[in-house]
Amino acid sequence: MGYPNKSHPRETAVLSKHFGDPEARTLDGWKKRGGYRALEQALAMTPTDIVNVVKDSGLRGRGGAGFPTGLKWSFMKQDDGKPHYLCCNADESEPGTFKDREIMRWTPHSLIEGCAIGAYAIGAETAYIYVRGEFTEPIRCLNEALKECYAANILGSNAMGTGKTINIYVHSGAGAYICGEETALMNSLEGRRGNPRIKPPFPAVSGLFGMPTTINNVETLAAVPHILINGAEWYKAMSLSSPKSMGTKLFSVCGNIARPGNYEVVMGFPFKDFLYDLCGGPLAGRKFKGVIPGGCSVPIQTMDEAEATMMDYEGFVAQGTMLGSGGVIIFDDAQSIPRMTARHARFFAHESCAQCTQCREGTAWSTKILDRIVAGQGTFEDLDTLLEMADNMTGKTICVLSDSCATVVVSALQKYRHEFEALITGKRSSTVAVSSGAAA
Amino acid sequence: MSAHTHAPYEPVFVGARKAELTQLLTRYPTKMAALLPALWMVQEDRRWISEEAMTEVAAQLDLTAAYVKGVVSFYTMYHQHPVGNHFIQVCTTSPCLCAGADKVVDAFLEHTGCKELGVTSADGRYTVIEVECLGACGFATPVQVNLDYIENVTADKVPQILAGLK
Repeated sequence: MGYPNKSHPRETAVLSKHFGDPEARTLDGWKKRGGYRALEQALAMTPTDIVNVVKDSGLRGRGGAGFPTGLKWSFMKQDDGKPHYLCCNADESEPGTFKDREIMRWTPHSLIEGCAIGAYAIGAETAYIYVRGEFTEPIRCLNEALKECYAANILGSNAMGTGKTINIYVHSGAGAYICGEETALMNSLEGRRGNPRIKPPFPAVSGLFGMPTTINNVETLAAVPHILINGAEWYKAMSLSSPKSMGTKLFSVCGNIARPGNYEVVMGFPFKDFLYDLCGGPLAGRKFKGVIPGGCSVPIQTMDEAEATMMDYEGFVAQGTMLGSGGVIIFDDAQSIPRMTARHARFFAHESCAQCTQCREGTAWSTKILDRIVAGQGTFEDLDTLLEMADNMTGKTICVLSDSCATVVVSALQKYRHEFEALITGKRSSTVAVSSGAAA
Repeated sequence: MSAHTHAPYEPVFVGARKAELTQLLTRYPTKMAALLPALWMVQEDRRWISEEAMTEVAAQLDLTAAYVKGVVSFYTMYHQHPVGNHFIQVCTTSPCLCAGADKVVDAFLEHTGCKELGVTSADGRYTVIEVECLGACGFATPVQVNLDYIENVTADKVPQILAGLK
């Protein structure tokens, strides 16, 4: 079932099959749809066997980095005598991305089941689902589902009657994009400011509360039960282009497009068909101008690049950008790229945790300069300054927030430089409608 | 604000709330980890987090008040000052901005009488702010009123939305 649009025949609904169906939210409803069979199966396997199935499936992290999930799990030393933790990263805050919200509010049990399997596989008795504070509805849905699971002894000190302990708790954030960065997330969960930590040590060695920890995205964990039930080969076979990208991927689509929403397709799906066929193309009388395909931290694509893209980890890289979180933001010919770029920079400036100078100063000054250009008061020197600053903001900080801001600015300047220049010379491009200056 | 500071402080963590906090502590190996949830309880009961409340939370979790304030001030959702009965957050990050979120902000400022972002209306009913990405970009423009989301808000729907708020 699609949501909010009807499923398109070219979608492959695995994770999104029950979106929009309130009955799937309940334990009974979920069991009727095959729920908790995978957990039952998993608890009869050894943790190593589960890790191997996930490794063989080719599942890669859906939060943005695309790191192989089974490999990540294998970094957790079994039987080291330390408490292990699983953290589910449900801090979905990357502009353009709203897939995890739908997984949590329509199919909370799919995530709980994935968390329980993941926790068992990495030797953890406790899993925390860290949900951004604004997501009150998903939090409510998850808590209700957890209550059902504890009452039915699916979780707790005798999970599914196996004598194993699996506890899952929801932990609410309180408004900070940076807490989606895994080490900031752990700090936040420990009751600290959400400042990212220097790596190494990596979480698998010293993570939450100083103990071995694995952090996985919502969509990644929700895919695990399907892999266990249907097998690694089934998952691996879902691949249309690159042999390194398999399975289905949820793409959130927003911006200036006919049918915004979440769409689930097999990795390697042609982006052109996706935008024009599944999502209905541009709004009436408009033309697409550019697209940011993986949440606002990845480079913008021109339509020529986008239309040549195969939608998988390698396909997006081949066309000058990244798959990222799968948050597709599309701008049409009524939008000003400089104005949108200025707004992106403002987002990063607002969300910088301010630990690193390059980020704290770089994001703030990028915003000021871009706002000035959008207001028609920029100079050509400003463009050089922006690029120079971007260089100083890349690869020099604890986390990649600063790099993300730089990436967005540099790619916009490379691909839409004429729009910036038109604002500087006062000759506004006829295809650009610049409204009243910078976003407030 | 003076009314809040001069009235004797009544602790939050008594009775059921204290029991809830005690129960919560069993979920974590450290007391500090209960800080964000404890602050949420304060805000749920008091609608904002005063300095006295920070001191109380610090005492409950063996932290210093200064440490708690450092954490409170990091997160945007914790209010360090009273806000209007209806705290209205309009998402204006790029995916919503390109769909006209700026006009939604203007409509809220006009119809609530707030006029300015972050300034509570004279009748104490409304505070309007812009918020960074609410994670509901396909439903542009999402607006969060206190804890609830309203999706697909356009400027012309604003009067009707406000009329529906108690």
